[in-house]
Amino acid sequence: MLRKIRIFLAASCFTLITLLFLDFTGTIYKGVGWLAKIQLIPALLALNVGVLVALLVLTVLFGRIYCSTICPLGVLQDIFSALAGKFRKNRFRFRPAWTWLRWGVLGIFAAGMFLGAGTLVAVLSPYSSYGRIASSFLAPIWAWGNNLLAAGAEQVDSYAFASTEIWLKGITTFSIAAGTLVLVTFLAWRFGRLYCNTLCPVGTVLGILSRWAIFQPRIQADICNGCGKCARNCKSSCIDPKSHQIDGSRCVACMDCLEICPQKAIAWTTFPTTSQPQPQPETSSMRRQFLTALSTVASSLFLTQAKPLQAAVREGIKFDGGLAKIVEKTAPKRVVPLVPPGSRDRRHFAQHCTGCQLCVSVCANQVLRPSEKGWTLLQPTMSYERGYCRPECVRCSEVCPTDAIRRLTRAEKSATQIGYAVWIRDLCVVETDGVKCGNCARNCPNQSIQMVPRDPQDPESLTIPAIDTERCLGCGACENLCPASPLSAIYVEGNERHREV
Amino acid sequence: MERRHFLKVLGGGSLASAVPMVGCRKDAFQEKAVSLRDIPKGQMTYRTDPHTGEKISLLGFGCMRFPVKPIGSSDDGEDVIDQEMVNEMFDTALEYGVNYFDTSPVYCKGRSEHTVGLGLEKHPRESYYLATKMSNFSPVTHPKEASIAMYHNSMKELRTDYFDYYLVHSVGNMELWQKRFVENGVLDFLLAEKEAGRIRNLGWSFHGEKEFFDYMMSCGIPWDFVQIQLNYLDWKHATGRNVNAEYLYAELEKRNVPAVIMEPLLGGRLARTNYKAMTMLKSARPEESAASWAFRFAGSPPGVLTVLSGMTYMEHLLDNLRTYSPMETVREDEKELLENVALSMLEFQYISCTECDYCMPCPYGLDIPGIFMHYNRCLNENNLPQNPQDENYRKARRAFLVGYDRSIPRLRQANRCIGCDLCLPECPQRIRISEEMFKISALVERLKQDA
Repeated sequence: MLRKIRIFLAASCFTLITLLFLDFTGTIYKGVGWLAKIQLIPALLALNVGVLVALLVLTVLFGRIYCSTICPLGVLQDIFSALAGKFRKNRFRFRPAWTWLRWGVLGIFAAGMFLGAGTLVAVLSPYSSYGRIASSFLAPIWAWGNNLLAAGAEQVDSYAFASTEIWLKGITTFSIAAGTLVLVTFLAWRFGRLYCNTLCPVGTVLGILSRWAIFQPRIQADICNGCGKCARNCKSSCIDPKSHQIDGSRCVACMDCLEICPQKAIAWTTFPTTSQPQPQPETSSMRRQFLTALSTVASSLFLTQAKPLQAAVREGIKFDGGLAKIVEKTAPKRVVPLVPPGSRDRRHFAQHCTGCQLCVSVCANQVLRPSEKGWTLLQPTMSYERGYCRPECVRCSEVCPTDAIRRLTRAEKSATQIGYAVWIRDLCVVETDGVKCGNCARNCPNQSIQMVPRDPQDPESLTIPAIDTERCLGCGACENLCPASPLSAIYVEGNERHREV
Repeated sequence: MERRHFLKVLGGGSLASAVPMVGCRKDAFQEKAVSLRDIPKGQMTYRTDPHTGEKISLLGFGCMRFPVKPIGSSDDGEDVIDQEMVNEMFDTALEYGVNYFDTSPVYCKGRSEHTVGLGLEKHPRESYYLATKMSNFSPVTHPKEASIAMYHNSMKELRTDYFDYYLVHSVGNMELWQKRFVENGVLDFLLAEKEAGRIRNLGWSFHGEKEFFDYMMSCGIPWDFVQIQLNYLDWKHATGRNVNAEYLYAELEKRNVPAVIMEPLLGGRLARTNYKAMTMLKSARPEESAASWAFRFAGSPPGVLTVLSGMTYMEHLLDNLRTYSPMETVREDEKELLENVALSMLEFQYISCTECDYCMPCPYGLDIPGIFMHYNRCLNENNLPQNPQDENYRKARRAFLVGYDRSIPRLRQANRCIGCDLCLPECPQRIRISEEMFKISALVERLKQDA
C-alpha cells in the first residue's frame, strides 16, 4: 500500500513537472508552478524558509520521501531502474556507502554556492539537471507533436493549435544535458539510486537527516529469515541483511522492500527493533572524475552568409514577384550580458539561478537561451536575433523557482531598465541604402527613440534615430526589427544593475 | 528545427492534400464545373475585333499567376513554374476555344514569356493570338536600345516574329509617358513596327489618372485597343486613384476602341467574397460560383474584346470556361444585384490589393501581397478583432494572430516595413503600402499586448 502511494505521488509530481517544462504556452505554471518552487535547491536559493522547513520536517519524520516523489531526477532514475529490472531480477546487493565521495561533492557544491559559481551549482542540482534534460530532449518532441497538430489544424482551417519554433538554444547546455542523461541512465540501469547516494548534494544533505528519521523501513530481526531478497531488490543498495540493518541515510523510502519481503519482516515504523549500533560506513576510494567530462564545446550556432541584398535588388531589371532573401541576424558582442527583467543585477542573478531552463522553456519570444560561457554557463541570458522581450510578457519572472528572477507585474516590467540601446551609424540603412526608415522609433514600446534629421542644417534630410537612454528599457524591439542584417544597426547593451525608469 | 522549416518538410503532404480538397469543395456545391464533359465544346463566346475582323475568345488567358513548385526546402520563396501544369491548362483552354494569351516580360519574376513560349510551342501559331507588353518598371530598361532589346527578347521567348497585340505597359501619368515612351523614341519605334506588320494591334494598359486617360484617347495615336481594369466593384466605386470603369468603358465605346479587361476578379477578392455578399449571389444562382458573376459582368458590355483571367489552377480554368461557353449576359436586375453586392463590400475597409506582385520583391523581405491577403481574408471572415468587449473578440484575435504567423513568416511581416516607399510607384492600385503596413503592425501589436 505504502509503495503504491509512493508510486502514485511520484508519477503525479513527475508528470506535472515535466509538463511544466513542456508547456511553451506559459499557462500550466499557474496550477503547477509551485512544484518547481518546492524543489530543495531552488527553495534554498530563493531563501524560501517555509519550504525549507517543511522539507526538513518531512525528512526528519519520514525519511527521504522527497527523493522518491518530489525530485524529478530521482523519479527519472526509478523509471530507468524499473526498466532494467524487467531484464534482470535481483540485480542489487548491499554496498557500503561512499561517504568520502558524498561529502566531497557536497563540499564542492557548497563552495560553488558560497563563491557564486552558478554553473557548478547548476550542474550538480538534481532539479536543474532534470530541467535541462526535459527542455533539451522532451520539449522539442512535444513541440514537434504540437506543430504536427497545428499543420493538421491549418488544413481544416482551425486555430486550435498554433505552430511554435523549435531551435537549439545552446550547444553547451544541450551537451551537458546529454552528458547528464547518459550518466544518470547508465548509473540507474546498473546501480539503481547510486547517483542519488554519491553525487547528488541534495541526497547527501537529506541523508544526514533521514538517518535519524522517525519513520523508517526497519527489519524485524526476529521474523527475518535472512534470505536477502530485500537487499537484492534495494535500488539504494542500503540493506544489509546480515546485520539486519538498513542505512537510513541512503534509503529513499521507496517502500519496495516492504512488499518484496516474503516474511513481511520489514515494516515502516518508528521503533528500532534491535539495539545494535549502526555500522560505520566505509569510505571508498572510488573516484569518478565526472566533472572533467563536462568540457565546454564552443561553437557558433548560426552560419550566415552576409549579402547586401537591398542594393542588389535595385540593380538590373526588377521583375515582378518573388521574395527577397533574408539574411539571418547574428548576436552582437555585448559588453555586459543581458539578464531578464526582475533579476535586479547580474551578480544577484548569477548567485541565485540554478540553470534549470524553466524560464528558457517558457520564453515565448525566443529571447532567453542558456549562456555559453564562463561562470554563468547554463544560466540564461538574453539576445534579440529571434524576437524581443515583449511588453506584455512576464512569464520568466512567474516561473522562476529560485528568486533569480523576481516576480514582476506588467507595469513593473515596463518601468524596469535592463539595458539601453546603442546606435551604430555605419550599419544603419539610412546611411548604407539611403532610404528613409525609422522602424526602431516606430516600434519602440516606450517611445524612447526620436527620429532626427541626419543633417542638422537641413530639416528635410533623412532622419536617424536618437535614443533617450534614460527612458529606454532595453527590450530589444529596435534591435530585433532593425532592417540591417546580420548585425543590427541598433542594439542593446546590458546594465550591470537594473534600474527603474 | 524552425517552424517554417518544419512546415516546408510537411509541405509536400499538405500541398498534396490541399489540392484535392479544393476539388472536393467545388464538388459539393457546383457539380457541373468539375468535369470537362459538362462544358460544351465549341460554345465559347467570341467577340469580333473591329480592326482585324478576327474572332477573339471572350476568355483570355492571363499569364501573370502561373502555378509554381517550391525548390527544395529553401525558405526564400525559390520556386519554378509548374510547366507541365501550364501546358495542360493551355491545351485544355485551346481545345475549348480560348485563343487569346496575355503575358509580359516582367510577370512571374520574368519567367512568364518563356513559359508561354514553351506552352504554345506545339500549337500552330495561327491558332492563337499573342499579347505582350513593353514594360517600364526598371529605369535600366527605359533607354530606347534597352526597350528594343526587350521587344526582341519577347519575340525570342515567345518563339514568334510578330505580335497580335502589343501593349505599352501600365501608363497612368504624363510624366512617365513622355519620359519613358515619347521623348526617347520608343513610341516611334513601336509605330514603325506596326507599320511593318510585326505589331498587328497596338494598345496600352491603363492604371492612373483620368486626365491622362482623356489625353491618351485624344492625342491622335490610333490605338487599336486599350486594356482597362473593369469589374462590378470598379464600375462605379473605383478605389484609390483608379478611375471608374463605367467612365473608361464609355469613352472607349464612344470611339469604337475595343476594351481588353484586366482584374475582372480583383485578384480573387471577388471570388472569395464575404459571407453576406456570397449569400446574396448564391441566393440568386445557387449553382454558380462568385467568380462566374464577376466574369459575366466583365464580359457583358459588347465593346469588351476579351476578359483576362490569371488562372493558377485547372479548376479556375474549368469554371471560367463554363461561364463563357456561352456567356449569359447579365440582366438589368442582375446588374442591380451586383451593385448591391458592391455596396455591401464597400462597408468593409478592404485593402484594394489584387496580388499582382508588381511591388515584389520588397528589398527588405516583406511579403506585401501576403500580408494584405491575410488582412482582407480576416475582414471577410469577421476575424478582424476591434473591441475587446466584442463577443467574438478572443476567437477573432486568435484567428488573426495564429493565421498571420501561418501565412507570413515572422521576418516578412508588417512590422518589418521600414517605410522606404520604394514600392509606392509600383502599385497599380495606388495603395499607400507603408501606411497600411504601419496600421496592420499597430493592430497586431495591440492584439499581442491584449494577452
